[in-house]
Amino acid sequence: MADVTITIDGNKVTAPAGTLLIEVCKSIGTEVPAFCYYPGLSLQAACRMCLVEIEKMPKMQTACTVPISEGMVVHTTTDKVRQARKSTLEFLLGNHPLDCPVCDAGGECELQDMTFSYGAAESKFMEAKLHRDEQQWSPVVFFDRPRCILCYRCVRVCGEAMDVWALGVQNRGSASIIAPNEGDHLECEECGMCIDICPVGALTSGAYRYKTRPWEMKHVGTTCMHCGDGCKTTLGVRRHETGMQIVRGDNRDKSGINGDFLCIKGRYAFDVTHSDERLTQPLVRHEGRLTPATWEAALELVASTFKRIRDEHGGSAIGVIGSNRTTNEENYLLQKFARVVLGSNNIDHHRTADFPALAAALKNTQVRTAGMRDVFNAKTILLIGNNPTDQHPLLAWQIRNNVRLHKARLFVVNAQDIKLHRQATAFAQVPSGSEAFAAAFLAGNDSVGESVGGDARNALLAMRQALKGAEEAVVIFGSEIRGAQVKAAVNLASALNAKIACLGDYANSRGAADMGLYPDLLPGYAQTSSEIFTGHWGALPEQPGWNIEQMVNAARDGQLRALLCVGSNPVVRYNVDPFVLQKTFLVVNEMFMTETASLATVVLPAACAYEKSGTFTNTMGDLQVVKKAGDLAGTKPDFEIVIEIADRMGFDVRKLVSLGGGTRADMGQSRGAQTGEADRHAVWLEAQNLEPRMTPFDPAAVLDEIQRLVPGYGEASRLNVAAGNDEHTTALEAGQGSATSDPDLVVPSEDTLFTSGTLGRYSNTLHSVIESRRKVPADKKTPV
Amino acid sequence: MIPVSEQLDHFFTEKMKEYPTQRSFLVPMLLYAQDELGCLSNQAVEYIAGKAGLSQLEVRNVISYYSMLTTKPRGRFHVQVCTNICCQLRGAEDLFEHCKQRLGIGHKGVTSDEQFSLEEVECIGACSWAPAAQVNYDFHENLTPEKMDQVLDEYRSR
Amino acid sequence: MADLVSHPDEVKVVSQRFGKGAAAMDRYLELDGYKAVQKALASGPEWIINEMKASNLRGRGGAGFPTGMKWSFVPKESAKPKYVLCNGDESEPGTCKDRLILEHDPHAVIEGVMIAALAVGAKTGFIYIRGEYRYLVDIMRKAIAEAYARGFLGKNIFGSGVDLDVRWHTGAGAYEVGEESALMESLEGKRGIPRIRPPFPAVVGLWGGPTVINNVETLASVPHVILGGGEWYAKLGTPKNGGTRLFCLSGHVQKPGVYELPLGYNLRKMIDDVGGGIWKGHKLKAVVPGGSSVPILKADEIDLAMDFDTLMKAGTFLGSGGVIVLDDHTCIVKFCLRTTKFYQHESCGWCIPCREGTDWMKKTLVRFHAGGGIKRDIDNLNYLAENMLGRTFCPLGDAAAMPVIGMIKKFREEFEAHLEGRPCPFEEHGAAVEQLPVLA
Ligand SMILES: Cc1cc2nc3c(=O)[nH]c(=O)nc-3n(C[C@H](O)[C@H](O)[C@H](O)COP(=O)(O)O)c2cc1C
Ligand code: SF4
Ligand code: FES
Repeated sequence: MADVTITIDGNKVTAPAGTLLIEVCKSIGTEVPAFCYYPGLSLQAACRMCLVEIEKMPKMQTACTVPISEGMVVHTTTDKVRQARKSTLEFLLGNHPLDCPVCDAGGECELQDMTFSYGAAESKFMEAKLHRDEQQWSPVVFFDRPRCILCYRCVRVCGEAMDVWALGVQNRGSASIIAPNEGDHLECEECGMCIDICPVGALTSGAYRYKTRPWEMKHVGTTCMHCGDGCKTTLGVRRHETGMQIVRGDNRDKSGINGDFLCIKGRYAFDVTHSDERLTQPLVRHEGRLTPATWEAALELVASTFKRIRDEHGGSAIGVIGSNRTTNEENYLLQKFARVVLGSNNIDHHRTADFPALAAALKNTQVRTAGMRDVFNAKTILLIGNNPTDQHPLLAWQIRNNVRLHKARLFVVNAQDIKLHRQATAFAQVPSGSEAFAAAFLAGNDSVGESVGGDARNALLAMRQALKGAEEAVVIFGSEIRGAQVKAAVNLASALNAKIACLGDYANSRGAADMGLYPDLLPGYAQTSSEIFTGHWGALPEQPGWNIEQMVNAARDGQLRALLCVGSNPVVRYNVDPFVLQKTFLVVNEMFMTETASLATVVLPAACAYEKSGTFTNTMGDLQVVKKAGDLAGTKPDFEIVIEIADRMGFDVRKLVSLGGGTRADMGQSRGAQTGEADRHAVWLEAQNLEPRMTPFDPAAVLDEIQRLVPGYGEASRLNVAAGNDEHTTALEAGQGSATSDPDLVVPSEDTLFTSGTLGRYSNTLHSVIESRRKVPADKKTPV
Repeated sequence: MIPVSEQLDHFFTEKMKEYPTQRSFLVPMLLYAQDELGCLSNQAVEYIAGKAGLSQLEVRNVISYYSMLTTKPRGRFHVQVCTNICCQLRGAEDLFEHCKQRLGIGHKGVTSDEQFSLEEVECIGACSWAPAAQVNYDFHENLTPEKMDQVLDEYRSR
Repeated sequence: MADLVSHPDEVKVVSQRFGKGAAAMDRYLELDGYKAVQKALASGPEWIINEMKASNLRGRGGAGFPTGMKWSFVPKESAKPKYVLCNGDESEPGTCKDRLILEHDPHAVIEGVMIAALAVGAKTGFIYIRGEYRYLVDIMRKAIAEAYARGFLGKNIFGSGVDLDVRWHTGAGAYEVGEESALMESLEGKRGIPRIRPPFPAVVGLWGGPTVINNVETLASVPHVILGGGEWYAKLGTPKNGGTRLFCLSGHVQKPGVYELPLGYNLRKMIDDVGGGIWKGHKLKAVVPGGSSVPILKADEIDLAMDFDTLMKAGTFLGSGGVIVLDDHTCIVKFCLRTTKFYQHESCGWCIPCREGTDWMKKTLVRFHAGGGIKRDIDNLNYLAENMLGRTFCPLGDAAAMPVIGMIKKFREEFEAHLEGRPCPFEEHGAAVEQLPVLA
């Protein structure tokens, strides 16, 4: 819309006509207080905090609903306005408890802040305040009715933004109350968005409430360790006897690619970090039983055995399985360790999407990959396969809210009637397994029409028609499409002039792929002979190594003598017969005694993503920072473990991590008996006059190398990443890829909102909500 | 099994066709269902939610807004005494007090034989014929405690 | 059901068929029924709106907005269907006139809705009747069915080629639903929470389509305007206040009832002559002249012509036509409490000032009337009301605030007489001060 000029408190401001006055005020730093107004949610005009005077209008107007028009003259600081704000607060405080010191929101309460700003200090109310006992609506959601100021934010975020509609308003007048959908409890997605958005202490989190005060925590903004979407989550950390304990996850500052959003996992499933079942001591198999050992002894055993096998049988007798949940730096280091130190290309990981095939299919096309932000701004979205509501909650949020706020058109092709159907302009249900044919058909290939069957064919035909001339489109496909079939998705994206994205399941599934955890691909989907890497690392094993399946077979045949398995549970994921691994020297870095760990010769207790630093790449290729929030005594990050093994194998770790003046002496000093101090290592280094960055344990040094060597990562701004923002990477476009890896090796996690692979099994919160045992009711209709 | 009679269900289906959205007839539907069932039981809510294409929560949100709708059973004869200003000026408070005594129940109470329930209500549109009361949907106007007794007796004998 | 009254000063226009059995179709036709709509059909929208403008008919629902002008705001072209909505929610304390119209002359309402629809180009009208008026819903259902049976409604009405539907709908107990935007929400099957305005209903109303909303009495007057002509109707009243209206006399008059009088009729005369004076030989104390929401007038302030403009000048409103008369045995505090209790009960709860303000005022007044008042309460009540006025989401907040401000202003001494534990001076039995939960 055309720009208009208005006057706010004497200042001229120009903004597009129709912009809400409250937003214009905000843009020039003029505070207009508001409870019910929330950007992106429907307008309520209910709290009346935002009343301002506008010349020529007899009554004060709510800035949250007035669109600006030329020549408007607005006053926001007159006595009348201040009195209106003050009296509204007085109205609220009449019944609102004044026990801020014991309220869970104390210090983070908008009512408290506004009372401070606009003064409603004198108590005019003499009647007894309304009291109601606090209610527990779910293991994670509590409701304290008297504190509720009825701003309806929770109701709207749950309904409009989450499309869950689990909260309602009941009764009327002063008896009005927010009510959960099941009478006395909630059945929903348990995302906790209602808690985050509540301006006061009415909705509180079961995980956090009454544990601490906001100002007693350290707040660490990092990336969620669960699914492949990569939400930013701010962890609240406080001191604890076993180190630092995480007590809260939220996204209060609304930064990052997820804005307001977090799902139950991002918000609560940090609890795996302090699970009773965490491994905190290395274990070595002794007379058939895993028995506690010192780090020293365990690492020595691992290093000497690896060295012996390598020297006696060659590197190809050793295999490495990497992780979907370790950082890019760790993954990069791990495959470099395998190739350079062990001399083996036998490296793989639990694949949940066929990224190499996508890289190969993108060759010689103009198609670019889409970032998570693109999904929120695209005009057309075509989703083939997957169920983002369960498997990619942030992606689902982006799609839903793009449709709601920007009127984007969503087209869904799926074997199931997934929940996003509700937002879809068109939906085609196709037979399971025919997703790629559907893609080809949509791209104009009529010959595959038969493969999808009659009804679906008609639906697809209509969709094809509707997609004609689509602008700013994104094609997103799930793991249903793999191998050579990926080409069909790319062709479709090409035909639509669309960006493309492929959905992998875990926090760093994409990072694992980008960093070359493949037997036949180096980082950046480069061939094993790639000169970029040989030039820097020296000679590398030329032949592609064994993939997971081949490693297992080789173990059965006695050819794979040692296997290092990092943060992965192949025994379950690839259905490995436990007896097969009996003869193999199996080293497992793990947080928990998983099925795979229980077969190990040596188990090394690993730190998790919230206990270390580095970067993750989400499934859309957005690079983000991982920051250390807490520490668990006894564990080490995989990064450190790998360096230590290499070091003990006699390898010059400076060749593994390009580092400066670090000394061998600083190794092993990072964690003492009292590991409460997260930065102890840094303190020690400083005391030694060493620059922290220049040590072999600094992942930043590896990120330097990644940015130097991995195509598609070099352009990412380090500054931006360090500041907690996302940078889109393009390794898929840049890399060679491979369409020939066995598509059967792609094993999707099939996670729901309430599971998170093996890791999720150790989250009490995920278990505690009833929905984890029940299917989320998808049949509930939306109020019109 | 639908909790209401087939005629009523049919009536709803037909009436709903007069509106552009499925939920529009919701409020009358709740009232008529309540008339037949005595109150809006869980089954009634479930049935109406299905009929209107809404979640049960949404139906409850609506029910709880309207003061004539209830999820709790009332007496066979629901005595609603208006005590709003025009009736108050002409003795409604005494009338209501009298009803309480006679029926032995208070505001929103139900007699133990479930024959009567009592409610103090807001203006029922009988201001020029005050004080007034409604028993179910019947208006009784220009009341005195004596007249009220007759009215109650008459219902009791029905 | 309700008794009919009459007085020689009455000018019976909208009530002319009362008591004549006009709810039955044949009788209605004998009494000039459905002639106006045929005239309207023949004359076209522009003519109708001009007649309506000439009639100076102002909305009888309370706000008194000129009806012809309201209709002219509806856009000629609209992508979405247009609607006419008849507001029969009549819940304003002191108001009981729509009830008589719906009982005695339902076809006039239907006809009014039809003419409004023709004027604005709507194809569908809805008549919303409050849930408590079930017998009137039944009468209306029957009347509508008869109109369909005769071909007056439905396809090709009166052979004109025009299709027109009129439907009935009912509420379920909520004063707030009488507010026009809340009414639309209720008709759409939702909680009666008002809508943000603008957009106004004439542009975006029912299901997003342009919608004309008028009171029952307003619409029932329309056929008479059409048949008698706008000018004739206007002349019945005073300048800018055309016609007659139904005044609902209630409270302490000898002969309460609903009387149709020309606009501009003197209020004192209305009480003394029409109403037969104050009952039981008592004296007049005060009058609430336009339903419970409007500021009160003292006995010496009532030499007023009952039209919208005069009352506005006198600091009150003509409102909904409910004239509530208080004698000198009435306790204003108690009256104020009961009024406030009503708004507290009926506030939809959407916005803070109304939800919290009505509740706070009520609690204070309960304590105050029971003898637990302190001096500060009086100013505090006034402060609360002043801070609601003009700041709430819909006019209900104003409706709750205005009476309190008015009563404190005009009867402050009576509030003060309740202070310091003194029993209410009007309580016949000299009621003792109750045990009160005073926390001060
Ligand atoms: C709280 C509130 C309650 C109202 N109740 C009624 C009502 O019961 N009946 C009515 O006709 N108008 C009522 N109104 C007025 C309507 O909003 C609207 O102005 C009226 O129906 C328009 O019709 P008219 O122009 O014919 O008067 C109410 C307004 C408010 C603010
Ligand atoms: S959507 Fe994924 S990344 Fe975001 S909070 Fe949930 S599990 Fe974590
Ligand atoms: S923010 Fe405008 S009314 Fe609440």
